[in-house]
Amino acid sequence: VSLPARVVTLVLAFLAVAAVAVFVVVHYFLGGPPTVDYTSDVTADTGATVHVVMQEDPQNTVSTHPDWVSYFIQNPKTHAWIHTTLFKVPAGSKIDMTIYGYDGCTPLRNQVFGGVSGTIGGVENVNGKPVKVINSWSGCNVAHTFSIPTLNLNVPMASPGLTANLCGTSPCTSGPHETVTFSFMSPRTTGDYFWQCRVPCGGGFVDGFGGPMQTIGFMTGNMEVVS
Amino acid sequence: MAASVAEDAQGPGQAGPNHGLRIFLIWLPVAVAADLLLYFVYGPHMPPGQMSNSAASQQFDIRVMSVLAAPVMAFVLIAGAYSLIVWRHREGDDEDGPAIFGNVRIQTTWITVTAVIVLFLAGFGTYELAWPGFAGAGAGEGPAPIWKPDGKPLEVQVIAQQWRFTYRYPQFGGFETTALVLPIGQPIQFNVTSLDVIHSFWAYQLGVKADANPGVNNVAYTTAQQTGSVTVRCAELCGLWHGAMYDYGKVVSVASFQSWAHQTETQLAAVTKILPPYATTYDPTVIPQINKAMAKAGIAGANGYYYPPNDPVQP
Repeated sequence: VSLPARVVTLVLAFLAVAAVAVFVVVHYFLGGPPTVDYTSDVTADTGATVHVVMQEDPQNTVSTHPDWVSYFIQNPKTHAWIHTTLFKVPAGSKIDMTIYGYDGCTPLRNQVFGGVSGTIGGVENVNGKPVKVINSWSGCNVAHTFSIPTLNLNVPMASPGLTANLCGTSPCTSGPHETVTFSFMSPRTTGDYFWQCRVPCGGGFVDGFGGPMQTIGFMTGNMEVVS
Repeated sequence: MAASVAEDAQGPGQAGPNHGLRIFLIWLPVAVAADLLLYFVYGPHMPPGQMSNSAASQQFDIRVMSVLAAPVMAFVLIAGAYSLIVWRHREGDDEDGPAIFGNVRIQTTWITVTAVIVLFLAGFGTYELAWPGFAGAGAGEGPAPIWKPDGKPLEVQVIAQQWRFTYRYPQFGGFETTALVLPIGQPIQFNVTSLDVIHSFWAYQLGVKADANPGVNNVAYTTAQQTGSVTVRCAELCGLWHGAMYDYGKVVSVASFQSWAHQTETQLAAVTKILPPYATTYDPTVIPQINKAMAKAGIAGANGYYYPPNDPVQP
């Protein structure tokens, strides 16, 4: 093989490897769902109230995994539903959460997460009614949970039930659903606070949290706390 | 040529220097100093500390290993440096040294010393591990432990699940909580299990590390000797968010623990009521109440459970 051919081959091989590396960095590390910003017009560490609105659906808008259960977060300015699980809140603020539960039910793997913890007053409101515990083994009444381990926050999400004709197109705007509200204080320490669902709600993942349960943008995400 | 070079340096008829003695005399003070520093100065700060008897026992083991290892390392470094300086290649010296044949004294000394060291360490380690009144290894001993501490232990069940540990206290009504609180001075029996995949319960400052496997009760013992915070981490790669599986427990006085336990038992009574009865292991696919409801609605798996028998299905 001639020297020019060798040089060309070497250069092409180098470019191919470099292209793969750039794709991996851009697609997997720099890509991903957007962060919904709830910090506008709110000063951190003043105890001001921030309203975060989310919904959990039986499907999503991503073509690669359209049947994965998923959370959506509402943009506070445009009120558009964003397919993401990343949101940003100011530190030291009262976070009022509203989560619309459009998804069906799955029993909790560990019933201890049927108890509400970490919220102001130790309660959540399901359709306006205060609730401290939901027994997901006594009936088909829990779809997901919203849990931030480092804040010891855990809130079971009520489900419209087994026989409900669930919303079939995301983001859901109509169809049977439960409205869950609760409040908690965002920490004064800034940083990313990992949150997850504790129901094995991705069908077929009972022996482990795979698929949507471990994927940011579906059933797990980060609450970014900023000053 | 080497011999002639040496003879040139020392003069004919003179014996060569005793290199072994030289190396020994350099090595001895270095080894003694290193051992004293390691054992008495750095030793008390070695991981995992002295928060529990098992942690202190592990720290002692590491101190002993360090004291044994330091002289060996010092000897290797000193002998290497001595060789480089004294036996370095010199201009015109291109011959091999004289052949050395068997030396009974050296061989006997070598075999005897290593045999004594190995047998001593085997006996010492077994005594440390198994003798009642000591601390055990701080590791899981399986469902039927061969070593148990004296006295009645406080039972704490560690339930691992992606990606959080929860703790159940069967002697206080079986309440389950995300907070690990332990009393000082009382033997603690950790019953470690998992609800999903393989995890590992690692309470660093307590010197406890026990595998958490689904369907298995892995028992580990310790006794806390100091109050303070305990870092708990999962030490087995258990999924994408394995790194987020940690929390902080605390060791408190007996009175504080009793107060906390009774208060928590009362606070969590409503949740405790919906938990399955306390058991050493749990099968999360068997949910009697919901299985009946699901079967009635016609959506249960072929095994009659909510979760079909072909689970898990990974993508």
